[in-house]
Amino acid sequence: MNIITIEHIAKIYQVGSEEVFALRDVSLKIDKNEYVAIMGPSGSGKTTLMNILGCLDTPTKGLYNFNGLNVSDMNDNELAQIRNREIGFVFQTFNLLPRSNALHNVELPLIYAGIKATERRERAIEAITHVGLLDRMTHKPNELSGGQRQRVAIARALVTRPSIILADEPTGNLDSKTGEDIMYLFNELHQAGNTIILVTHEESVAEHAARIIRVRDGLVEKDEQVLNRVIPVKRAANI
Amino acid sequence: MKNFLFELKEGLFISLRAIKANKVRSVLTTLGIVIGVASVVLMSTAIKGINQSFQKGVSSLGSDNLYIDKWEWFNNDVPWWKIRNRKNLKMEDYEKYKERAKLPLASAPTVWTSQTVKYNQESVEFVFIQGTTHDYINTTNLSFTYGRFFNELESNGSRNVCVVGSEINKKLFPRDDGFEKTVEIKGIKFKIIGILEEQGSYIMGNFNPDNQVFVPINNIFKYYQSADSRSITINVRARNSQTVEDVKEEAIGIMRQVRGLKFDQPDDFSINQQEGLLTTINNTVGVIEVAGLLITGLSLFVGAIGIMNIMFVSVKERTKEIGIRKAIGAKRRTILGQFITESAIICLIGGLIGLIVAIIGVKIIEQYDFPVSLEFDAFILAVTISLLTGVISGFAPAFTAAKLDPVEALRYE
Repeated sequence: MNIITIEHIAKIYQVGSEEVFALRDVSLKIDKNEYVAIMGPSGSGKTTLMNILGCLDTPTKGLYNFNGLNVSDMNDNELAQIRNREIGFVFQTFNLLPRSNALHNVELPLIYAGIKATERRERAIEAITHVGLLDRMTHKPNELSGGQRQRVAIARALVTRPSIILADEPTGNLDSKTGEDIMYLFNELHQAGNTIILVTHEESVAEHAARIIRVRDGLVEKDEQVLNRVIPVKRAANI
Repeated sequence: MKNFLFELKEGLFISLRAIKANKVRSVLTTLGIVIGVASVVLMSTAIKGINQSFQKGVSSLGSDNLYIDKWEWFNNDVPWWKIRNRKNLKMEDYEKYKERAKLPLASAPTVWTSQTVKYNQESVEFVFIQGTTHDYINTTNLSFTYGRFFNELESNGSRNVCVVGSEINKKLFPRDDGFEKTVEIKGIKFKIIGILEEQGSYIMGNFNPDNQVFVPINNIFKYYQSADSRSITINVRARNSQTVEDVKEEAIGIMRQVRGLKFDQPDDFSINQQEGLLTTINNTVGVIEVAGLLITGLSLFVGAIGIMNIMFVSVKERTKEIGIRKAIGAKRRTILGQFITESAIICLIGGLIGLIVAIIGVKIIEQYDFPVSLEFDAFILAVTISLLTGVISGFAPAFTAAKLDPVEALRYE
């Protein structure tokens, strides 16, 4: 079953009198429980594609169907609701609220979903436990290491039980070992049945996915299954 | 509705957290509102106090009273130079009036002079000395702490007796009271036979009985000024407010006869009433009110601009945060609500502190005998204007925040 279907999507920016194509014509299908990497050099349009897939932005042309809903016609509020319920974001720079502790950061999407305090707390603690940070949940982001921050961000992405997890260069700001730990976590989430979309420009990161979509000049250059997937191993000492 | 309350509650927590995170800035911003609210509350309290003491002062004159005088007190219908050329009212005029008037409850002549009153070392300068007769007490609502007003015998015999107001008593006899003691008024000895109860209408100044001394009227003419030099005023009290108009008509009739006016001559006297005073006072208080609230409103306005400014800065600074919140599902109105709530809370806190400052200010002002009146509605006023200020000045920044594009906001560093 397709979670994401996009057909002939284009994104055009007006710069002065000139039209700039960030995306020219992209069509994709992503199934439930797929592990997809979107690759491309900078300027390829992969960020624009990610923004559209993440419902942060809408396409200028084309159709975007998410879980049977036509996203391309949605207004701001409806998009916010989709982002809240269906999509879990993981960013390169973690994007945690700096003044709130880990627990509150994880709780935040549930606040916007209108879930009551007691249930919210339970679910947030559950998600934090899942990423192995139960003992750090009252710490603020600046009291956590990079890897721990990214785990908090992943917990925040998971807590709403979204249809897809969208990770934008999740290891970009981490050293390679910590990065490996994060990739292990993604692998685990994938095996637990989550759909994961990874945006990266690093081949070594993309190879963790089962499928790589290569974007260049606003077009899909290649869409292939990965033959030799890297399966990350859990390190003994955890961060 | 439930959803709204939920969002309000969460917005409150988020806002409180943001305010706590920016303590210094929040405090400085709040200061503007503190000053604004404090000055508005203080001003409105003062205005109310002034108004109340005016009203009290006027009502101490009595609504059933008329004052027959050479001068027109409140209206300026007759040019002042015409009034100046009127004949003075004299004791003979009063006596004729008293004889003929059937309707009033009582009537009494008054004339005043300003003198220094002394007792041993203590002295009070420029005291308003009222000369009058025993009938005077029946034209007022005055009551006594000690003693009584002078009687007919003392009045007609021009005895050296006097009745003093509570303030004068306090100033001349700081430790005890002056009942049955003898004071000197410009060197002439008078025995105090009565001390008035405090009237407490400070605004009336010299016209407040608290600051007056009453003596039999002929003593004034005997010791201080000749009977011709100053016109007397006849205080007339009607039996009740329904008969005031009749008393007035009767008074006009009698006075025209007494003054020997022909039918085509205009009145050469004026009948003054409390109503005229009320109108004047209401106008005065109205002007004070408008001016006062305008000035203090200005300080509140400056405070509001401060809030708006800081909220704009805050929105700019937290662009990334707004982006994050939007990415994980905050709707426009959620963000809008968050920032408006934040500015409303800052203002509310400021308003409450301002209220406390105002209460302290009121207590201080009260020490100096300035009339103030602090009531529960000051609390409502402070809360309402601070909340309103918060919501209004927070709206534009909050709206800017709400319509930020999540993609650009996330990219903002």
